[in-house]
Amino acid sequence: MTTIVANDTSSDEKIRESAQIRQYISFNVGKELYAVEITTVREIKGWIPTTSLPNSPNYMRGVINLRGVIVPVFDLRTRFRRGKTEPGKNHVVIIVKLDERTIGILVDAVSDILTISSEEILAVPDQDVNPEYAFMEGLVAVEEKMVAIIKPKLLFDMELVPDMDTEIEPEAEVA
Amino acid sequence: MSDPMEQFKVVFFEECSELLVNLEEGLMLLQRGENDGETMNAVFRAVHSIKGGAGAFGFDALVGFAHIQETLLDEMRSNAIEIKPEYIDVLLQAFDILSELVGAAQREDAVDKNYGAEAAQAMKKIMETSGTVEVKTEQVSVDEEPQNIKTRHFNISFKPFEELYQRANEPILLIRELNDLGELDVELNTSDMPDITEMDAELAYFSWKFVLITEFGEDAIEEVFEFVEGDCELIITEEIAATTEITTAETDPDAVRQGAQKTAVAKTSGGETVVSQSIRVELDKVDRLVNMVGELVITQAMLREQGSQLLVEQYPNLVQGIEELSRHIRDLQESVMAIRAQPVKSVFSRMPRLVRELTASLDKKARLVMTGEETEVDKTVTERIGDPLMHMIRNSVDHGLESPTDRLDAGKEEEGTIHLSAFHRGGRIFIEIEDDGAGINREVVLKKAIENGLVSPDATLSDEEINNLIFLPGFSTAESVTNVSGRGVGMDVVRKNIQSLGGRISISSKSGKGSKFTMSLPLTLAVMDGMVVEIGGEKFVLPLVNIIQTLRPTPKEINSLPDGRNLMMFRDEYIFLVPLYDVFDVEDAITNPCEGLVVVVEGDGGMLMGFIVDDLVNQQQVVIKSLETNYELIEGVSGATILGNGRVSLIIDIATVQEMVSRQYAEPQKYVTETETPSSRNSSLAQTSMEVH
Repeated sequence: MTTIVANDTSSDEKIRESAQIRQYISFNVGKELYAVEITTVREIKGWIPTTSLPNSPNYMRGVINLRGVIVPVFDLRTRFRRGKTEPGKNHVVIIVKLDERTIGILVDAVSDILTISSEEILAVPDQDVNPEYAFMEGLVAVEEKMVAIIKPKLLFDMELVPDMDTEIEPEAEVA
Repeated sequence: MSDPMEQFKVVFFEECSELLVNLEEGLMLLQRGENDGETMNAVFRAVHSIKGGAGAFGFDALVGFAHIQETLLDEMRSNAIEIKPEYIDVLLQAFDILSELVGAAQREDAVDKNYGAEAAQAMKKIMETSGTVEVKTEQVSVDEEPQNIKTRHFNISFKPFEELYQRANEPILLIRELNDLGELDVELNTSDMPDITEMDAELAYFSWKFVLITEFGEDAIEEVFEFVEGDCELIITEEIAATTEITTAETDPDAVRQGAQKTAVAKTSGGETVVSQSIRVELDKVDRLVNMVGELVITQAMLREQGSQLLVEQYPNLVQGIEELSRHIRDLQESVMAIRAQPVKSVFSRMPRLVRELTASLDKKARLVMTGEETEVDKTVTERIGDPLMHMIRNSVDHGLESPTDRLDAGKEEEGTIHLSAFHRGGRIFIEIEDDGAGINREVVLKKAIENGLVSPDATLSDEEINNLIFLPGFSTAESVTNVSGRGVGMDVVRKNIQSLGGRISISSKSGKGSKFTMSLPLTLAVMDGMVVEIGGEKFVLPLVNIIQTLRPTPKEINSLPDGRNLMMFRDEYIFLVPLYDVFDVEDAITNPCEGLVVVVEGDGGMLMGFIVDDLVNQQQVVIKSLETNYELIEGVSGATILGNGRVSLIIDIATVQEMVSRQYAEPQKYVTETETPSSRNSSLAQTSMEVH
């Protein structure tokens, strides 16, 4: 059984001294909940139209101007083979910093800030056999809903997922 | 805070790189026989400074080697050894080793003890054969007037000013150097020393008195202090007393001072300070400035776009102000870019030695003529153009020029000429390498290309197309890979390097007359003049320099080829129409050139193409932003920019679009088809990576 240490409760924090406690930002893509570590997040901005790049994977929505820096924006829904996001004014782009690069992730909405102890993070059941889930750091249950913690670096690294495009194209085209 | 010693080291290595450039330049002049006396001195000073600094940081290998070189140079500048061309060759070799040693010291690499031993030996041999000098590993004894050996006796008073310390000089090093000259007696005067509570660590309180008994002359002593001149009070007086009196002199300095004295030098600071015309600025700071100006250009474009909607009658001052602002920003941007500009000399100066080495190892005779060395280009260009340039020069000497006998047979001068030139034209910099060799042997090139499977046997190619084959990966005409050029880089890599700088390369060649490689490079890599065009609602930027003309053709002027390509009549020739909407995958674009516009652009090798666009938007300066910083390189796009409305726009790279199109439409029987995947091409490159003619 996993529990979540909510932001405002600190009662049992002492008990967890040995475990690593981190904060995550959770967000929705459709009905699913995902989360990224808060320290990687630079900012969250509302959707602005992108300039599309030719010959890019379809989960790559194009680039935006972030105060003079060209930042690519990736569609998480497309990356998860659930079609293409039709962004409106409620959609947000989470700007994350991965080592040297800064990228944007297009999601439906930001949900919450979670404080999670490393003990609470559960393994993805078939991660070993299914390399496609390598980007998942683990799963955590929050108020009886599953939140998948993702590592954006593995999600959108062109070298690690070079053939994603051809793999997901047929499904994505339908959507 | 970092170790101050480390900071000094950084400065030292910065200086070293400059000194090495000066040193090489000087040696080059000497080799050409242009010795005006000052050159030799400059060469000597460069080595001397490197040695001095290296000593301070304990780079022993470097000091040891520089010392020998310095000694030889000193002999040469004092005319004890005649300056002969073969000696300069030795010095040039020594220069290479010195550069290597500096590099090793900078990288903190261990140096093999015997490294450079050969060159050191060669230098010692010169000195020995000239018979005047004897060089030991560390101690030098120069005997300029062997018939007149006598020890001389000097009193030296030395009082450093704080500037001396500020310039990272160390009295102990000077004292050690003095000690090397002979018997030295040192007396430290601490009488100026204030109470410790009043002491300022930045000020100089010590002064010294030296008594030196030496076989050297006064100039040798002055030389020790050469680099602190002006930063100290230095008085050298010679005691003319006979050698026999030395003992008394040593025991009683006062008595000596009462004796016959001759004031030799008295120099104080201030009088001769040379006003520096340049300052050293960290590149980071300049780049920040460049970025800032880039942002300013974008903001200005935004203002101008907004301003263009205003009525001039209503806001005359505002509209005029925006116009003026644009002009000032353009000036500002040019001035800032000029800070980063450097003469290509720094790259060109490496070439004469290369040619010398090549001609020696290949038994050829060649003369390198350089013009336009002062032409200025962006620092990034000078940094990255070196390797491609060296490679092309290597090719010219190795494959372009014939052997001396062949040249004589062909009725040419025995000595070949390679002309390396740089010049500005039309907002770009051109670098040309021209040789008067045999020219490209198109038969051999074609044969080789067919053998390597790059061209089908029944293809008919124009001369220019054959010339351009040498830029294909995995191409070589060299019968055998010589050790000169067999470094695993082909002309394809050269072209890639130049393209990565936003440049283009082309060849022209006349059989029996020679070949000419022309590179054209952008002046700056940060800003360019662009034409904003619209394709299906998306805006793209075309480099203005490539644009010849924009027109709307009539249906009569458009003709189709069986493969679907369209041709347009332009200035009495047919040019291909390039459907940009297709290349860049844009929807809802105008596909009929007669409804949209055709922008005629010049591609690689002067080939004209017609780009089909919906409309022209405006002409403006654009700031080039990298896509690779956060994403990756996109084929057909050289970068991105931010337009006045804040949106990102892609800058079209005409040369790669040309490549993409010719690949797409390549007839299967002619060029490599698309079915040959990049990986299979790479493997063929790996196997056959060799030099080209």
